[in-house]
Parts: sequence; C-alpha cells; structure tokens
Amino acid sequence: MNFTSLTIDATRSAIQERKTTSMAMVESFYEKIEKEDGEIGAFLTLTRERAIEQADRIDRMAAKGKPLPPLGGVPVAIKDVMCTRGVRTTAGSKILGNFIPPYDCTAVARLEAAGAVILGKLNCDEFAMGSSNENSAFRPVHNPHDKTRVPGGSSGGSAAAVAADMAVAALGSDTGGSIRQPAAFCGVVGLMPTYGRVSRYGLIAFASSLDHIGPLARTVKDAAILLGTIAGRDPMDATSADVPVPDYVAEFEKPVPGIRIGVAKEYFGEGLDAEVKKAVEDAIQALAKLGCEVVPVSLPHSKYAIPAYYLVATAEASSNLARFDGVRYGYRAKSARTLSEMYRRSRDEGFGAEVKRRIMLGTYALSAGYYDAYYLKAQKVRTLLTRDFEEAFKKVDAIVTPTTPTAAFKLGEKVDDPLAMYLADIYTVTADLAGIPGISIPCGRTRENLPIGLQILGKHFDEATILRVANAYERAGVGS
Amino acid sequence: MRVTDKDVSYVADLANLELTDDERSRMVRDLNSILDYVDRLRELNTDNVEPMAQVSDRYGVDRTRQGPERFDYASREDILYGLRKSLPHEEAMSNAPDPDENFFQVPKVIER
Repeated sequence: MNFTSLTIDATRSAIQERKTTSMAMVESFYEKIEKEDGEIGAFLTLTRERAIEQADRIDRMAAKGKPLPPLGGVPVAIKDVMCTRGVRTTAGSKILGNFIPPYDCTAVARLEAAGAVILGKLNCDEFAMGSSNENSAFRPVHNPHDKTRVPGGSSGGSAAAVAADMAVAALGSDTGGSIRQPAAFCGVVGLMPTYGRVSRYGLIAFASSLDHIGPLARTVKDAAILLGTIAGRDPMDATSADVPVPDYVAEFEKPVPGIRIGVAKEYFGEGLDAEVKKAVEDAIQALAKLGCEVVPVSLPHSKYAIPAYYLVATAEASSNLARFDGVRYGYRAKSARTLSEMYRRSRDEGFGAEVKRRIMLGTYALSAGYYDAYYLKAQKVRTLLTRDFEEAFKKVDAIVTPTTPTAAFKLGEKVDDPLAMYLADIYTVTADLAGIPGISIPCGRTRENLPIGLQILGKHFDEATILRVANAYERAGVGS
Repeated sequence: MRVTDKDVSYVADLANLELTDDERSRMVRDLNSILDYVDRLRELNTDNVEPMAQVSDRYGVDRTRQGPERFDYASREDILYGLRKSLPHEEAMSNAPDPDENFFQVPKVIER
C-alpha cells in the first residue's frame, strides 16, 4: 500500500484500524522527502522530533483502541511564514534565517490539537511576496509536473509538497493569490477562506488587511476538513470574525442543482491562454450538466484590481516590515557604527530584491504628496471592486473563473519583469481585496500536460457553497 | 519619468534602506514601470467613494450595532494578563542578535 498518496480520512483510518502506525507513516513521508525533495526544494526545515512525538501520542491512542481525533496521525506541512514554537521560521528570508519563534501560530496549534503530525516547514517567496517561488532567499521550488517550471507562489513549497505526495496536505497563505495560483500550477486544491475566518495570529505579516491562511490538499473534502479545523474566532487576532463555523464536511456534500453560477466576461478577455480558456469553459458546461444554473454577471472594475492591489499591499507591507531592524530578533549587519547605520545595513543585507522593491513602492505610495493619489485612491477602488462582487452575488451563489491566465511558466521567465510577474495574479487578487473566499481546483491539463486551475469564488463566510460546487465538479471526474 | 534618482534616495531614506548604486538605478526603472501601469486608476472617478481600509469593517462585525460597538466581540478587559502571560524574560531575549544579561544592545544612538 502506498501510504503517501492517501486522503486525510484514509490516512487516519489506516492508523485507527492498525493497518499501519503513525510512526511508520511519518517514516514513509520522510523517506519520500529524502528521495525526491532534492530536485523539488519544497521543504526548508524538517521537524522530525516534533513529528515523532506527535506520532507516538497518536499510536498510543490507536493501540488502546481510542477513537483518533479528525486529523489523527495525518502528516501535514506548514508554509514557513507561520510561527512554530522552537522551530526555525524564516518567511523565506535571510533576515529571519535564524529566527526561532517562542509561540505557535493558532492555525498550526489547531491542526496539531486535532491530531495532525507536522513534518516540516515549506519553502515560499520571501515574506510571501511573489508568484513563482523564485524570491525565496534559500532556493527556488520546482514544479513536480515539470521541473523546468515554477510551482507558482508564494505558497509554492506547499503546493509542490502536496502534488509530489510529500505531505497529505499543507497550510499556505494568500494575500493576492498565493494559495490558489500555486494550487492551479501544481494541480492540487487550494482554498482561501473569507478574511477573518481563520486567525492570523502567528502568521508573519505581509499585508494585514489582505493576509489569509488556508489549506492546500489533494481533494476538496480534505480542504473542507482542514478549514473546519483551523476556522473560528481567536481572541489573539482581533480581526478574526465572530461568525459560527458550519460543519463543512456535512455541507459540501449537499446537491448542487439550482445553485446559480456566475460567469464574468472580464475574466475571459485579453491575456487568457486559449487552452486555459477552453478548459474553464468546459468546466462551466460540466457544472451546467450537473444542474447548476449558469448566469452571466459583470465585475466591471476587475481591470483595476492589480494596480489597486499593488498599492494597498505594498503600503501595508512597508509598514509591517519596518519592524525588521536588527534589534530584538533577526539578522543584524556587523560593523555598523551608529544605530541608523545598523538599521539600514541590516535591512539592506537581510531583504531580497522583490521585498525591497515592494517596501519602496509602498513607502512611495504612502509618502507626503502621494498618499491621496496612490494609497487613498487604491482604497477607494477597493470599495468599487467589493461593490462589484456585492452586486453580482445578488444574482448568483458563486462565480466561476480561471485561477490563472496561463499554466505554469518556466523558471527564470519573468524574474526580470516585475510587472509581468504581478499579472500572474490578475484573476486572484480581486477576492483578496474584497475579502471573499475562493478555491482553485484542477480542471484538466494543457497539451504539455500541465495542470489548469478552476477558481470558484463565494460570498463572505459562505465557504460551504464553493466547497459544494467544487466537490460536485471533482466527483464528476472530468477535471483530473 | 516621474520617479527620479532623487526620489529613490528620499524614499529609501524613509524606508531605512541604503541600496547600492545598481539597486538604485534598477529601482528607478521598476518603480516607473509599475507606476505607469498603476496610472489607469486615474480613469475612475472616485469622488464620492468611501475608502476601504479593511474587510472586517464591512463583514464579520455585529451588524445589529452601530459605531465602534460593532467590534465589541473583539475587545477584552484592560487588565494585566488579559489573554495570556507575557513571555519569560529569557525567552523574549532568546532571538536577540546582541543581548547582554538584561537588555538588547545597539550601537551608539546619539552622536557627538
């Protein structure tokens, strides 16, 4: 039996029914990582001790015949932007190269409390800023489907690890598409919950009004189970919403006939690859066959999303990243003679090119004389984009779009052109700005056999409906 | 070109970055290209549009209430150890690049 390609339920059952042990399961994953991750580069740190300790706890429960918790013995991995107590957490940056957090991120703690076994920390773009994972200060990640291509970003390590069976599932973070875009490129399921649905406590901040934690998994059901585990109000994050969490697994199996699916022409225009377009149109047809009602909707401000996003996100980033000053933690440059020289050199040497670019753009957008023209303007456009969705959701229950304009591109293809890289997120940033949930699921392959992603967007706090649509499509078996 | 060398130096100064000469010239190029693209926002009339600073102001709040009370669920009493104990001193210092027994050490702050 190949233990590394099982779903969450199958993994847990195999341990519960004593067909294997959690310890043996952990070992098979580490063997797999040892053998294959050299060429992929998904993991930055392995948490062997912590994994073995948890596996032992689960095995003792199983041996006594006690029912295992929902994620009992399920090996998962965590994007390295989430703090793990006692385990190096880098955010993919040299400036945090030796940072050992004194506490756990709430989402990580909730996974472990539900029995999950943490295998390690996953590579990502530095401070989650990037769409190809080439901005990692440590090494790029290669797409398991074609190692000359990027896995997407910034949760590239998370998507690659799940696609290559090096973890049953992973946590990622999404600020402009960083869960859904790599999920699409690597052929896995990636779910960005509603803003506030999952606590951000312990997530290293990029842009606080846009940052989301969410799962990457191999099936829609696994994503639903993980969301149910990590969702819900957390007093440690004042922006985590006090909205009841439904039983997603019970919800997502409900039938789809009658569900109204919106299709917005703005997501099918210039720049969309013909093969991706065809695959997404086929998927919409398939959903219609399953009984969904397809309704045209309009999201007229969509073309303003990328400019608004790159002003809001970088402005917030420039403020959030001001804390990295080499004083209390993180990298400090040697040989500085004054305090101000120490700040500057530590940041100069500690941050990579894209992070500096975004700090500069954000600082510029917030600076005296430009605040109104850039930052304030972008915030107003954010309102318009959100109203677009509010209008559309009066007519439909979910909106279906391509996740990305193209399938995975080549390593190196866009590194010298920041704007071209930013446009890889053109269909995903809108949901981050509006705070609505979105999921990417596989919907076929290109002629070069690269995965294509279908994005389903939902109303605020209505993850249940998009999971339901995603599940119906996945069940129909036309996308994989 | 709207962003000049001088602007880049000024903004780098605000952001506590130094940047090498190469980085500066690249930054002039990149910022201009990005800002040219961002310019399309000017096409939109936003005179009567409220800015949106955060999502939780619109969603997830207690909608039966008005004003700051909408956020009551997120507040707590202002007491010591309201949510958890502070980190032990040793742990709080454990990541410091240059600690002494009690403090974070930094280079000289005031120059004479």
